[in-house]
Amino acid sequence: MSETTRASAPPRAVPLAELAARHGLSVSGARPSLPAYVRQLWARRHFITAFSRAKLAAQYSQAKLGQLWQVATPLLNALVYFLIFGVILEARGGMSTGDYIPFLVAGVFVFTFTQSSVMSGVKSISGNLGMVRALHFPRASLPIAFSLQQLQQLLYSMIVLAAITIGFGHYPTWTWLLIFPALLLQFVFNAGLAMIFARLGSHTPDMAQLMPFVLRTWMYASGVLFPLRAMIEDNDTVPLWAADVLEANPAAVYMDLIRYAMIDTPQYSGVPGLTWAYALGWALVIGIGGFVYFWKAEERYGRG
Amino acid sequence: MAVAEQTTSPLPADELERVPTVIADDVHIVYRVYGGRSKGNATAALRRIIRRESSARVREVHAVRGVTFTAYRGEAIGLIGSNGSGKSTLLRAIAGLLPTERGKVYTDGQPSLLGVNAALMNDLTGERNVVLGGLAMGMSREQIKERYQGIVDFSGINDKGDFISLPMRTYSSGMAARLRFSIAAAKDHDVLMIDEALATGDKKFQRRSEARIRELRKEAGTVFLVSHNNKSIRSTCDRVLWLEKGELVMDGPTEEVMKAYEEETGK
Repeated sequence: MSETTRASAPPRAVPLAELAARHGLSVSGARPSLPAYVRQLWARRHFITAFSRAKLAAQYSQAKLGQLWQVATPLLNALVYFLIFGVILEARGGMSTGDYIPFLVAGVFVFTFTQSSVMSGVKSISGNLGMVRALHFPRASLPIAFSLQQLQQLLYSMIVLAAITIGFGHYPTWTWLLIFPALLLQFVFNAGLAMIFARLGSHTPDMAQLMPFVLRTWMYASGVLFPLRAMIEDNDTVPLWAADVLEANPAAVYMDLIRYAMIDTPQYSGVPGLTWAYALGWALVIGIGGFVYFWKAEERYGRG
Repeated sequence: MAVAEQTTSPLPADELERVPTVIADDVHIVYRVYGGRSKGNATAALRRIIRRESSARVREVHAVRGVTFTAYRGEAIGLIGSNGSGKSTLLRAIAGLLPTERGKVYTDGQPSLLGVNAALMNDLTGERNVVLGGLAMGMSREQIKERYQGIVDFSGINDKGDFISLPMRTYSSGMAARLRFSIAAAKDHDVLMIDEALATGDKKFQRRSEARIRELRKEAGTVFLVSHNNKSIRSTCDRVLWLEKGELVMDGPTEEVMKAYEEETGK
């Protein structure tokens, strides 16, 4: 192919693959084994946290009110839903306003956490191709960092939620401590889901257009805005087992954990064993499954 | 390189001393581009999806076609060729950032591209970008802390006041480019690849960055340089690969290849 070869270059006596093997060269861009991948990811933990915090800080850096929007955005969101579902439609299943508002706000915040993790996960590879094509790092860093950004965002929201809950007369008890393991499990679940959708979105960019509709359907089916069981019990055409199925879905599970932990009504008292079991199960299945599914395509993410 | 007779005779003594760091074995790279050729309407697209045909809107660009070469420790290799000849694509494949369609790239250690542009965020201060860029390149927090002052001094960002604590979007394009180069050049590399990085900033900064690249060359095993600046290729490289339309046209000592290249391009 070339007219001149390097003057001092020796004629090729051995196949290149053999030459590479003899000098201990490895194939560039090959997918590491799963344990090696986990180690690489752990080595990049500082990058993941720094990246997620940087994204969070950059989000509102141009706004006049700055980081105040971290709290104002979820608050305004909750207000809109309260006006529509609490006041206009009165879809509150017989709850008093003092019980309904914390119920609604907890639902909106917790669901938003999953929703925005999925939405940023879909675009985490396809929207950062420049980085993927210029730098070496385990690609799972990106969906995980975006989920972590949403977790930090949620912590701001939880401050608002705590204030609202106390404001309506539900005072902190020891069960409030259960918020932390609940959010941890939800984070694992969200990160897994974000990794699944990151892989899908890297291959089919159209996912980013489709997901908002899927997620909105999921929201209405999970009892974010109204008590699911009460609505189904009122409705004769829907069988009761539908309520069991809908309550086992992960969005409803993580929402209920927060409501059980914070809201002090007969409906949400005690520690729901079954819901915790579901929460743990979903976190393990989607968290580990999503990670493995994402890793399987690790070497192909550069191609867009 | 002509395919030599496949002898299993003992290696030439020459080959024993020279340690290969990068071996490209018949590398082909194909990009898939969405929306390149938008023909037909939505119903046609839907029909294609339902019939699971490969979409007509996906176009394949065969950017690198069968490139084979071996790079050895201590070499500085220039890549030349007209725009779109596949130079940058080839570098990315060597770095393992772009998957090859056919063929394989073998490397010693982890080759890295000089560049962190994509990891930096315009809305953050220069300070935070130094840390973020360092972490993105795989440096540890301690390493960054150690080199932080060096990076800032090298970039000369603070020469005209305390700019490092301002968001990067407030920088002039030259200042931003200088900071990006300084961050990228702060790391040591086994195999270093530089894509047109020498044309950054003003004259003074260019001289400083050329000196830094010579330093990096000394530390790195092998350096690849993509440039359209024949002068900087001549001053830094001892071997040149000439790519055209994704194929290797010529591979040889700098002067020889550059002469042929300049004849061809009429320079």
